[in-house]
Amino acid sequence: MYFSPMELNVFVKRFAECLMNDDSKIVTVQTEFKKLEEWGSMMALIVIAMVDSEYNKTLTAEDIHAAKTVEELFKIVEGK
Amino acid sequence: MALFSIENVSIEGIAASVPKQTADNLSLDLLTEKERELFVKTVGIRYRRIAPKGITAADLCFEAAQKILQETNTLPSEISGLIFVTQTPDYIIPNTASILQSKLELPKSCVAFDVNLGCSGYVYGLSLAAGFASRIEGGKILLLVGDVSTKVISQRDKSVVPLFSDAGSATIISYKKGSHFYFNLQTDGAEYDDIIIRDGGVRNGTNAQSFIEEEREPGIFRNNLQMRLDGIRVFNFALREVVPNIQALYKKYNFNLVETDFIFFHQANKLMLESVRKKLNVEAEKVPYSLYDFGNTSSATIPLTMVANTRKELSENKNHLLLCGFGVGLSWGSVFLKTQNICIPELIEI
Repeated sequence: MYFSPMELNVFVKRFAECLMNDDSKIVTVQTEFKKLEEWGSMMALIVIAMVDSEYNKTLTAEDIHAAKTVEELFKIVEGK
Repeated sequence: MALFSIENVSIEGIAASVPKQTADNLSLDLLTEKERELFVKTVGIRYRRIAPKGITAADLCFEAAQKILQETNTLPSEISGLIFVTQTPDYIIPNTASILQSKLELPKSCVAFDVNLGCSGYVYGLSLAAGFASRIEGGKILLLVGDVSTKVISQRDKSVVPLFSDAGSATIISYKKGSHFYFNLQTDGAEYDDIIIRDGGVRNGTNAQSFIEEEREPGIFRNNLQMRLDGIRVFNFALREVVPNIQALYKKYNFNLVETDFIFFHQANKLMLESVRKKLNVEAEKVPYSLYDFGNTSSATIPLTMVANTRKELSENKNHLLLCGFGVGLSWGSVFLKTQNICIPELIEI
């Protein structure tokens, strides 16, 4: 099974893909993702599924709660 | 691990029933328009079936049972056992299986009892039914599996309303020389409160406080007599446990996913099941979904999917099947079995 490299820019790209927005909203390392209009419980599941399939790691509700920016979320995933 | 085989058993027939009344998640007031679309696309559930007031899981299963007895030309007197798997029984006492035994006019020589399991219930129920059937030559066991989860959730809880739906099923498991079932059943009670109705049992009882509805999180109003679901924890549980369970079963008995014709998963969430399917490296055609039309019908999702999606394939051919249920308990399990020309009547709508 192939997993994504643990690189910040790849993670940001994967995260942006989760949002599935057509108007190419720019997601950066500093984006405070819970403030995004699209964010909600469904989106949390989509990000959890992405982290599971791309990195083979488990993201919990507490992890998501603890992270403010996409970079902070990446660091949590990286530290697992 | 509870890895075991039960010899000389087969599935003779399966019937499923759903209420006629349908709800559409694309017009669900609890969700915004964007949330509705994202929900249907991601979780995969559009329509739900809602049992009218007064119709119970036992009623839905009774209709399915009558149908399958009739279609397989089975006399009630031929039935040696009735197992009713549900989390929505008619009464707290007595067990509902006894009532169904009488209503279906099964003989007094029949063993009958309830099993309190949900999402894993069909697989667990098959293990019990097969255990009896394998020891009774010529014996037939009626496995009734169903739930009316819409009766035990808050209609103001957006974390559960769009998911749950009602259905019943009836499966006849009979003695058959040379045909075997292979199981891997597991449990982790440490997470028992991921899916729970807190009050109404003996631990907490029922008191005035039980009926007080509170907003637990934005958009989630419920009282303690209604089901709580921690979606993220259950999601992670399924991602963590389902694949190793199946791999252990296949390794132990030297089965091959390539030679498996269909995998029937408990219909919980399409995003979750697609992740599992991809991890197993199984083609999409082998994994039928009834989620879109029928939602999560708890213990009934597996037989309902077999009836609603693959009636023709299962009734006309030989097949190698993997059935896998997981959820409340937490409890999960898989069974590998071979089937040939199962009797499957058309889905019953009540």
